[in-house]
Amino acid sequence: MKLKGWGELTPGAVILEAGNAVEFKTGSWRSFRPIWKEENCIQCLFCWLYCPDMAIKVKDGKRAEFDYDYCKGCGTCALECPGKKGQKAIVMVEEAK
Amino acid sequence: MAKTVAATGNEAVANALRQVNPDVSAAYPITPATDIMQRFTSFVSNGKVKTEMILVESEHSAMSACIGASAAGGRVMTVTSSQGLALMWEMLFIASGLRLPIVMPVVNRALSAPLNIHCDHSDAMGARDSGWIQLWSENGQEAYDNTIQAFLIGEHMDIRLPVMVCMDGFIISHSIERIEYLEDNEVKNFIGEFRQLNPLLDIEHPVSYGPLILPDYYMEFRKAQDEVESKVFRVVLDAAKDFEKISGRKYGLFETYRLDDAEIGLVILNSAAGTSKDVIDEFRNRGIKAGLLKPRLYRPFPYKETGEALKHLKAVCVLDRADAFGGSYGPLFIDISTSLYTYSKKPILINKIYGLGGRDYLPEHAELVLNELTEIAKTEKVKTIKEYIGVRG
Repeated sequence: MKLKGWGELTPGAVILEAGNAVEFKTGSWRSFRPIWKEENCIQCLFCWLYCPDMAIKVKDGKRAEFDYDYCKGCGTCALECPGKKGQKAIVMVEEAK
Repeated sequence: MAKTVAATGNEAVANALRQVNPDVSAAYPITPATDIMQRFTSFVSNGKVKTEMILVESEHSAMSACIGASAAGGRVMTVTSSQGLALMWEMLFIASGLRLPIVMPVVNRALSAPLNIHCDHSDAMGARDSGWIQLWSENGQEAYDNTIQAFLIGEHMDIRLPVMVCMDGFIISHSIERIEYLEDNEVKNFIGEFRQLNPLLDIEHPVSYGPLILPDYYMEFRKAQDEVESKVFRVVLDAAKDFEKISGRKYGLFETYRLDDAEIGLVILNSAAGTSKDVIDEFRNRGIKAGLLKPRLYRPFPYKETGEALKHLKAVCVLDRADAFGGSYGPLFIDISTSLYTYSKKPILINKIYGLGGRDYLPEHAELVLNELTEIAKTEKVKTIKEYIGVRG
């Protein structure tokens, strides 16, 4: 992408396009990666609700895979996940491993 | 028809703000600016203005609320002094960086410590590089006139920058002078309807303020802001021209007094310029060609025009009512010497620090300085470049 020059910018760095966070991928910030264990998922969608970005995909009302492009690895989804019979449906693993 | 009254500087500025009738104000009291907001809040209570008044718990919050209200799309003002301005510090840069045309009269007062409530210019000088436009005022009339013009300048679509209007604490803010007020509708027509630029409250066109700008773009935004500064001079002069039509009072980037044929000169801000002019008249009566330059638009500083106005003099003293600590010269001196830097033939410059913490600036101080300048012009010899005057040894 060609970067704009100083004369082409909006005054005060105001962003005029709504919903443009989709253009800003933050996945590379992550040091811990959430892993979805479908067998423990009760489809409560708490993860989707609590995710501060848009890393949880929902398809036809059901939990789908993570979109790691937008996951900073904050771990909120893993913390909130009630899981099944004491087994979490989301666990955090170190990226380095 | 203009109305002539006897009023204090604070009263005049409060009246200007009533006539402007801003959409939102957020303020926190601090001496000697308190009186302006005390008067303004009574205008709010009595229905004289339609302003949404937000009472906050600190100046940091006052400026934060003003930033929010301005980004939302309102015409916004606040008032402060000294420690209050210092507490706003980080928000000042956000107001200018977001290009929000907030207007803020600053009633100049010394900074702590030692604690002092009286006049000097340390507060506004400390904020001189914050990206705000600064207009300085000699007396109540100028403070009133500058406050009204500040809205037109800051809100100009080519500018969109916040503006400080500086006047001397107590000396001007609390002294009663003869002041001419414009009619309410004259002020209203002069500043016009507030024009919004990308307001947050336009829900049909949602926008985001204050995003993270990383190294790939930050410098471009800074360069864009620097470019805007260069457009301020023309807008200030245009506003002055329009203002003269309704008031009969002339303003420029600075005021010169008997400077055209002068050989020695003073450069001095605000109320002390008035005292200096009287002494310059006495020197002129004695056949000594003395003159004065009083900056009005201090930020952005009109280096080129100021240099042109001073370059023919033999000796100039820049008087600073603030020091720039660090073994350097006063802030005004630094700017004046920069404005003359490019000329090969230029006056000899000296710097006096005066009037800190409300110390009186008396005619004899101006006399002392003008006598020294006369001597320097004759001998071309300088004893000390920077010196405190009116101070005990």
